Amino acid sequence: MVTDPTIVTETAVLQAGTGLFPNGISRYAVGGLLVGLGALVVYAGTGIAAGASTFLESTLSYVSGQSRFQRYVASRDWRVVFTLGIVLGGLVFATTVQSGLVATSLYTPGTTGELYEVGGVTLWSTTVQPWRLFLGGILVGIGTRLGKGCTSGHGVCGVGSASRTSIVGVVTFLVVAIGTAQLVAALGVSP
Amino acid sequence: MTDRHPLFGPLVFAGGLVFGFGLGFSHMARPEVVLDFLQFDDFGLLFVMFGAAVVSGIGFAVLPRVRDRAPLTGDQYERRLRPLDRNVLVGGAVFGVGWGLSGICPGAAYASLGVGNVAILWALAGMFLGAYLQGYWRSKTAAARAATTGAD
Repeated sequence: MVTDPTIVTETAVLQAGTGLFPNGISRYAVGGLLVGLGALVVYAGTGIAAGASTFLESTLSYVSGQSRFQRYVASRDWRVVFTLGIVLGGLVFATTVQSGLVATSLYTPGTTGELYEVGGVTLWSTTVQPWRLFLGGILVGIGTRLGKGCTSGHGVCGVGSASRTSIVGVVTFLVVAIGTAQLVAALGVSP
Repeated sequence: MTDRHPLFGPLVFAGGLVFGFGLGFSHMARPEVVLDFLQFDDFGLLFVMFGAAVVSGIGFAVLPRVRDRAPLTGDQYERRLRPLDRNVLVGGAVFGVGWGLSGICPGAAYASLGVGNVAILWALAGMFLGAYLQGYWRSKTAAARAATTGAD
């Protein structure tokens, strides 16, 4: 069978990619559409523009009587359900696509982190150092709650609402994050 | 979840499931991939963020025009709007430092746990600690302000 060489080249660029997109764009675009779809499912059914970081404070209301957390008592139960859904969604991805049970040309496996197997399921773990995760996590916890939203609340629902506040929030955390990551890399911290 | 529509919980769960699957598939649940983006080594993550915003944006624009109220809550469809003040900038900057240092944000951290990333518990513990610290501080300052001005 003769294959048109231009088609092969174009497919290769789309899949593997080079330059700005060394891992292609399909896994990112498909994943992003699904993230948006997940938020849209909740919004369509309930009218709620769900964000992921409110779960941190609403869950603290189970154990702390501080007024800041108690304001989320009414929504804390469904936020637990939403978060459990996100965790299990990640697990479903691991057992299907990541484990090779479902194969699709839209998915590029990549080489980051470490893969390991438990009971036939291919799981993945980061090699980013624990102190970076913990210290960064503290700042993420403070900043997202003070700043009224995170990547999902501001980034997906807020930008999707064409909210000026959310666009300002996204630009702020994106620019600062780029500066921080570049600085940390320049200081020789890896990974 | 008293007085909720019986399908409220299942629908929120299903939405979370698709949301988490997308974060896994896109590799945004991997701190390394986020850091590669922030260091300009791989710009693919732009497609995750803008792809998601475009899909939700279509919903936010179309749903209020075709339906008056959400079927499971009876609530009106509203855009996600928050007042713009100094907290948005300060909080956004603090979040930016944390995101740039760790490569992980809240939703991606939950999905990352599902993908098998046990080490992400460090980030989740940090996020709860950070959320607690700001909540404790803001509860105290709000109470102090109420006391000095003679309540509301």
